[in-house]
Amino acid sequence: MPAPANTLTPATDAAPNHPRSKTDLFMSFTWLALQGFGGVLAVVQRELVEKKRWMTREQFVEDWAVAQIMPGPNVVNLSMMIGGRYFGLPGALAALAGMLAAPLVIVLLLAALYGSVADSATAQGALRGMGAVAAGLITATGIKLIAALGKNAMGIGVCIALAVLTFVAIALLRWPLAWVLLGLGGAACLWAYRVLGQRPNGETP
Amino acid sequence: MSMAPTLANWTDLFLHFASLSLLAVGGAITTAPDMHRYLVGEQGWLSEAQFTSSIALSQAAPGPNVLFVALLGWNVGLNAGGGPSAGWLAWALALLGVLVTLVAIMLPSSVLTYTATQWGHRNRELRAVRAFKAGMAPIVIALLIATGWLLSAAHNQPARDWPLWLLTAAAALLVWRTKIHLLWLIGAGAVLGALGLV
Repeated sequence: MPAPANTLTPATDAAPNHPRSKTDLFMSFTWLALQGFGGVLAVVQRELVEKKRWMTREQFVEDWAVAQIMPGPNVVNLSMMIGGRYFGLPGALAALAGMLAAPLVIVLLLAALYGSVADSATAQGALRGMGAVAAGLITATGIKLIAALGKNAMGIGVCIALAVLTFVAIALLRWPLAWVLLGLGGAACLWAYRVLGQRPNGETP
Repeated sequence: MSMAPTLANWTDLFLHFASLSLLAVGGAITTAPDMHRYLVGEQGWLSEAQFTSSIALSQAAPGPNVLFVALLGWNVGLNAGGGPSAGWLAWALALLGVLVTLVAIMLPSSVLTYTATQWGHRNRELRAVRAFKAGMAPIVIALLIATGWLLSAAHNQPARDWPLWLLTAAAALLVWRTKIHLLWLIGAGAVLGALGLV
């Protein structure tokens, strides 16, 4: 039986594009980091998934889950994972350096200059406005990624229920992140394990 | 309010931040309360104002928020050298402080993450690895939306803060539905804020 043209390849092989070199990684992540005011994640999703197409939306969600659960800064973890996947340890270090080097120089310059503008109402107002936009960017990133749940093995109904419970626990009840990751996350992983076991070869639908 | 720049103190600083590194699930900012307890309360190496402004500055600057840790180290070193007016020695110690705190907070978590994720990638067909990724996907997506909610909810006076909420909602809608460059939105937020409109 010939394989259908759109056969479901493992998620990790499906990205239409990839970084060309370690220099490409370093420059790409530097540029990402420099655009990331109030958090880099929204920029990472926009640039790596929608523009450069180094990863699909589904891969992004998978990798982000791992980056989030490991200790350390999430976006830095994510950059190391991507760099490491294509170029091993040197790739991970190139991505890490890209993420940190240029922003570090900028933040130190800001610290050295800070005394002169700390009390200015204009500067504080600008920070307020940028913060409000940053909150919108992160929300929109989450909304866009909901579509990635359509291919989830647990089915869209279970996924939506888990997402709603997580939102209520974190945003409304203000439970500690560790509890939510261990409790809801643990239960979700066990459920997924069970669902995947019911399929021959674990094919995702 | 300053640290005596001895080897023992630098080592203590390094080890404290290195131990926090492995606890920083959800980002280094989750360990900020303990850094505050250690640097401001227990050791007296930083002032309250220096701690707060380090976090605020790193959030205003581009790049990962973990850089607030570098600024904490910068200020510890600067204080240890006698403050900004004390000349090149103070600046040199400030850079040493950046090196110590940033390497300490990054090294343990990065080694663990790299090792674990390389293993996970090699074993990506394992049922347990796939179950982990599938199970966590809806959780982390909800976490993103919750983060946006929490950032907005910090401004909690409707009469005063409604323009900020409107700006957040407009930014979210534009990012979701259009391909507008994110820097335009950040810039617009800065201008509206600087003019006192939000």
